[in-house]
Amino acid sequence: MGDPMRVRATTAGDVVDVKILMRHDMETGQRKDAAGKVIPGHFIQNLIVKSNDKVVLDGLFGPSVSKDPYLAFQFKGGAKGDKISVTWTDNKGDTRTDQTVAS
Amino acid sequence: MDKKRRDMIRIGSALSMAIAAGILKVGDVFGAEWSPKVFDAKSLDAVLKELGGDKFAVSPDITITAPEIAENGAVVPVAISTTLPKTEYMAILVEKNPSAMSASFNIPAGTTPNIATRVKMGTTSNVIALIKSDGKWLTASKEIKVTLGGCGG
Repeated sequence: MGDPMRVRATTAGDVVDVKILMRHDMETGQRKDAAGKVIPGHFIQNLIVKSNDKVVLDGLFGPSVSKDPYLAFQFKGGAKGDKISVTWTDNKGDTRTDQTVAS
Repeated sequence: MDKKRRDMIRIGSALSMAIAAGILKVGDVFGAEWSPKVFDAKSLDAVLKELGGDKFAVSPDITITAPEIAENGAVVPVAISTTLPKTEYMAILVEKNPSAMSASFNIPAGTTPNIATRVKMGTTSNVIALIKSDGKWLTASKEIKVTLGGCGG
């Protein structure tokens, strides 16, 4: 179970501006700990954003996306009150969904 | 509101259990499948080959918005956008990272081809935007100088 994300969706006309701040270590698998052992990679791989069940963005992340990933984009054809949901899954099978209402 | 939140949590954990138990593959829930071949590829050419493309052209219609100098390579804000019509795929690559591919996005119709995120950079490198628009592969690149790398330990 991942940590909660912050999702914000604001409308201007029919354009919805979505900003997402996920909470995830995004460990690359390249770093070593103090004992010189490689820290295994742990990062978000899939991300999907839906507006009222319609997919508006479908993304894949590698380990080189920064810790606590930030993502911003816009889509057309939205309106105030649309339910925006964001789901990610990481390489260990952990997943998290958060939802907001476009304002 | 609280009830809805609990529902979402329940759906989320049921989903993760189903994935962990191997009942559901990640690809069943998500549209695009995460391919280690794409994400382990070392160069733009290798990434493009894994994506099924063979040649690409440099396009003046792609914009990369990023700082000239990044003080902290662990958090480099990068935004890519294009004015090209029928853009269906956008990706951010960092040329000199251990693996080039950083993040990729399928752009459904209606979504603006303009995405901002943050990436890690091990060293000063070109950041590449790779875009598939109307069936053609197009790129643009921009050099970002890194004073403190963000990939090593």
